[in-house]
Order: sequence, then structure tokens, then C-alpha cells
Amino acid sequence: MEEEVHTGEINREAEAAPALIAVHPLERSIALALGYELRVFDFEMDCAVTLTDEAYSPCHSDAIRAICFGANGRLFVSAGDDKLVKIWRTDTWHCIRTVCSDKRVSAVAISHDGLFVTFADKFGVVWIERLEEDDQGQASVDKKAVPLLGHYCSIITSLKFSPDGKFIATADRDFKIRITIFPKGPLKGAHEIQNFCLGHTDFVSCLTFICPPDCHQSFLLSGSGDATVRLWDHVSGQLLDTCDVGEKAGLLDSKEKVEYSAAVTDINALPDGSFVAAAIQGLHGVMILKCDVPARRLFIAKFVFVEESFVPTRLGLSSSAKLLWVVMGASNVSKVGVSKMAQLRVLSDLDKFLSNEHGDYPVILKDKDMPGGEKLLLQFQGSDHVTKQDAALAATATAVKVAMQNLLTKKQYSLEKRDFRKRDRNDRKFKKQQF
Amino acid sequence: MSKNDGKATQGKRQSAHLPRKRFYRARAHSNPLSDSHFPIPISPADVDYSSHYPHFLHSSKNDPDEDDLLPKISFADIGCGFGGLLVKLSPLFPDTLMIGMELRDKVSEYVKERILALRASNPGQYENISVVRTNSMKYLPNYFCKGQLSKIFFLFPDPHFKEKNHRRRVISLQLLDEYAYVMEVGGIIYTITDVEELGDWMKLCLDSHPLFSAILEEEFEADPVVKLLASATEEGQKVARNGGQTFYAVFRRIAPEDPIV
Repeated sequence: MEEEVHTGEINREAEAAPALIAVHPLERSIALALGYELRVFDFEMDCAVTLTDEAYSPCHSDAIRAICFGANGRLFVSAGDDKLVKIWRTDTWHCIRTVCSDKRVSAVAISHDGLFVTFADKFGVVWIERLEEDDQGQASVDKKAVPLLGHYCSIITSLKFSPDGKFIATADRDFKIRITIFPKGPLKGAHEIQNFCLGHTDFVSCLTFICPPDCHQSFLLSGSGDATVRLWDHVSGQLLDTCDVGEKAGLLDSKEKVEYSAAVTDINALPDGSFVAAAIQGLHGVMILKCDVPARRLFIAKFVFVEESFVPTRLGLSSSAKLLWVVMGASNVSKVGVSKMAQLRVLSDLDKFLSNEHGDYPVILKDKDMPGGEKLLLQFQGSDHVTKQDAALAATATAVKVAMQNLLTKKQYSLEKRDFRKRDRNDRKFKKQQF
Repeated sequence: MSKNDGKATQGKRQSAHLPRKRFYRARAHSNPLSDSHFPIPISPADVDYSSHYPHFLHSSKNDPDEDDLLPKISFADIGCGFGGLLVKLSPLFPDTLMIGMELRDKVSEYVKERILALRASNPGQYENISVVRTNSMKYLPNYFCKGQLSKIFFLFPDPHFKEKNHRRRVISLQLLDEYAYVMEVGGIIYTITDVEELGDWMKLCLDSHPLFSAILEEEFEADPVVKLLASATEEGQKVARNGGQTFYAVFRRIAPEDPIV
């Protein structure tokens, strides 16, 4: 028992970072972050992109934890464990600004007007940085951001602007979703809290907004470690519906009953809410949900099995192309001897699925049929084929799961164990060494 | 520890007597940053206040429709310590529900026993005060809805002198956002300390927060609660005994200047 405590703490440094994916809002390009590497593919040029960053090489020196495109697609942000927030122009893929954070960064977002970049650090503070018009051209380095708001010492897992730009939503590991009014002069901080969306019984892992037609406002979807996806009216803070995806996942994967966790790792939704895709830990595919806001309902529409041992880590939705990019991968997976790996699948014909056309939709595209084809796969998955692919995938899935649990799940200690940990505290250790 | 527990339960049996503090010794500080290991309500609706205020809320179980009519907690004493202020406030506002929030387990146990003993020996009184053990810096929104509180108290909080530990202070610009959220417009936040440095800090935080403004001097003089701040709690009595100075910051929750509709 005591051994466990120690090994747990040593391993923390070498924890797996899941692969991330982000699709350009106009589908001009797609970005994948794997460990410290940022891989970008340009669909218009039909080629892999080389990123240029004069000040830093490689651009990130530690695992990237968050990436996102701005609403109009002009800007892209990446940030992570190296405490650097990089802001890129997506036409030239040139780094226009590097912001230094005091702590590791866990989430990023760009305001809809493209004027502000916000990022959350591991201590629960959201920072904001203004992008001046004049430095669109040249790189300015090492600026410091100002604090916008704070979740008191809780890791912020997701950071999103509402579609109308009025609110900024933040989710944390303490089961909370905070909806803050995004002020006109945000550099003085966002002090007015619209609401807290409370109801999740474990860490909240992901947020996404939807704007259903015939509704005067937008709504919020959240995924959590409690194996549910929830629909909120974020303006009133009301919980509209809870969809227990874990229950369904349990039925699909009954053999993995032991130590089963069905934490939702990512959700993506079409803006109208008619299609919500969820990646769920331990599930070898994508769960598709539908949202009926007037009826206050969120329900499971379909489960798309991808393949054995493929557990998606992140999703990227191209709304106009009706494609869902599904990525599985991680860096720092020590078990299989590969430092990092990523696998990419694409679900297509979402529109046919939505119009209830006859047939089995959405379909999983073959490698050569993917947009970008093999050139893209070469860029994103790398050339070295893993020999024992299933084993590697399984190890990756486990590593991602363990890393997420270590990071976000609250540890439960028995009384004795807690006393033992107190004895083992760092400040006491130093005292012992001195005498 | 088990010994103390035994004695504490002994105290419970004769609940007409006030609990004795020697059985509830606790450390002076508790780390507000550490992960909490006590149960936390998922949302304000999840808190069963009828067990806290049986006299006021006994009907809540039978009549869920009447939920809205039932009185809600409107005063909160953050870091209530041994509960001196609650006990003094209770007869002043007999129809107002108030709650103390304390992070230290033993101290909150003491306050619980103290209130039960006071209720037993003064039938009909002290029914409007209660205490919960919680980390209010982290979980305030789990207990109170938006705009619920009309008064919130921070009496003699930990000064946390080192700059490294300033983020442990219970008043900070960021935490004030949450206090403003749980307070009604017009509600009053009371802070007092005997540490000048902390007094300046709290005043600075409140002054620079857009949702708070200082109350007028005559209002400050007229408020009966202000007089209790320094005298009601043990910490305050200790300061008075040693002839120490106290520093107040009393502010009103105001509506934002530029509301976004």
C-alpha cells in the first residue's frame, strides 16, 4: 500500500499526454498535437505545413495540452506543460506571439472577435492577453498576460466562449462549470458570474456550446468523469437533461466490467445540436447523441464502432464537410517502447446519418479516401509502423486513462494512509535531514 | 484522538451543558488549498437544511411545492471559528437563518455542540443558527444560490504574511467574484482584522472590485452588527485584552455599472 503511494508520485512526471486534434473552422487545415510536436496539414495546398517560430526551436519543449482555432480561423493557439502559449497566424503558420505562463497551461481559447487569447493554468487562474493589430506581422516575445478570473486552486479542464461572445465558460475538476460574463474591457478581469452549472458528480472534462434553430439563445453541453453528458441552460444555470452514456457503454463493453471507467474525454457538436459526438474512455468507437432542446432532451442516437482496441482520445468536427476526425494517441507511453503514437480515423457522411437515409451511416473512411490521403497520414501518424499495433493501441489507451485519472480524479485515502502521508510531507522530510 | 472522541461524546449526552473547549483542541490553521476529504453537496438544492434548522424548515420534506416559501439562509460567517458571532447575532435577527462555515473539523464539531446545548437550555432560541464543515474558498457556490446572502462575514482571517501564501487569503480579487455572486445587490460584506497589512490588503481588494463599494461613515456607525465584529468573537476579545488595533472594511454589493442584458 505504502509502495503505491511512492510509485504514484514518481511516475507523475512521465505521464502520458493525449493526442489533440483541431479542425480549422472553414476546413482549410487541420492540426494535431502529440507530445511537444505540432503537426499541421493544409488542405488547400494539399501538403504538410512547416511551422516557423524564430524564437523557439522546437516550438514547444514539453507536452502540448491544449490547442484551438479562433472562430474566424485566422489564429491558432497551442499551449501546454512548457508554460508557453503560442499564437499562430494560420495563413503563414508563423508564430506571432509567445506568452509565458507561470504555471502549466491546461486550456486555451480565442475570443470571437479575435482580439483576445485566454488560457487557464493548472492553479485555476484564467489569463487574458490582448492581441494588438500592429503585431500581426512581426513576432513579439515573452509578454505577460493579466488574470481574468479564477477557480480556486482547481485544474481548469475546458475553456470556451459562448457563440454570442457574451459569456466565457470554464469547467474544473471540482465538478464545477462557471459561466462568467465576458466584459467589454476584459483586461480588468471578468468579475460578474452569471451562474454555476452544478450537477456533475465527478470532474468535468469538456464543454461545447450549441445554438439550436428556433431558440433565442445558445445552450451548453458538458462531458464528465461521472460518465454523463449534460445539457444546460447556461444563462439560468439550469440542468435540462442528463444522458448517462456510461450505462450504454457498459452494455456495449461488458467484458471490461472490472475497473470500468467511462469518463467522457471529449465532446463535439454541430452548431445546431442535431449531432453530438462523444469520446468515452474504454469505448472502442464514438457515441453519437442527439439534442432536442425544446423538449429538453439529450439522448443516444447511435454507437459507431471503429475497431478493436481503438479508443478515441479527441474528436474534431468539420461542420460543413460533415466529417468527424477521430484521433487516438499519446506521448510518453513507456510500456510499448514508442515514445508517442497517433492513429487517425475519419467518419464521413454525417449528413446522410442526420437525414436518416437508408444504410449504415456514418461510415469510416479508408485511409486513401481521407481528405489529404496518405500524405496527411504520413504527417500525422508518422512513417514508422508499429509492429504490434493492437498491443500499442491498448497500452496507449491505458496510459491515457491512468494519466487522466491521476490528474483529475480526487484521490481517496484511508485514515491511516492519510496519517502516513502527513508523516511523509516534504517540509518534515527536510527537517529530518537537517538533524 | 480516540480518547478525545470518547470525551466529546460524553459531552453530547449532557447536551444542556455547553461543550468544553479543551476537548475540541485544533490546530490554528488548516490548508485551504488541499483536496477536501469531507462530503460536499453537489448543488445548493442538494443541501438538507431541515436538519440544520428543524424549527424553521420542518415541513420541507412533506411539501416540496412550498420550497420557495421557506426562509433561506441569508447570513454566512466564513471561517466562523468557535461561533461567537453567530451566537451573538442569533437573538438580534431571530427570523433570519444564518450559517457558520469552518474548515477545521473539530472546531465545527464544537460549534455544532455549542448550538445544540444553547437550544436545549434556551427553548425557542438559537434555532436560526447552524454550522457546516466546508472549505468555503472552494465550495461556496455549492451551498448558496445566486444573490442569496444579505450579509457575509470574515472576522480575523488568517493573515498569511508570506507573498507565496497570499493566494491562501480568504479575501482576494478572484474570490470576491464568488462572494459577489452569492450576495444580493445591497448585501453587506464585513471584514475585520488586527493585522494592519491584511487590513490594507482586504480594503484594496474590495476597493478595486467593481461589484463592491464602501459603505458610508454614518451607515457604518449606525449598523448594530459592526459593533459585534470586534467584541463577539474570541479572537476579537483577545485583541481587545491585549490592547491591539483593529482594521475594518465594510462594503456593499452593488449592481454592475454596465449591465449586459
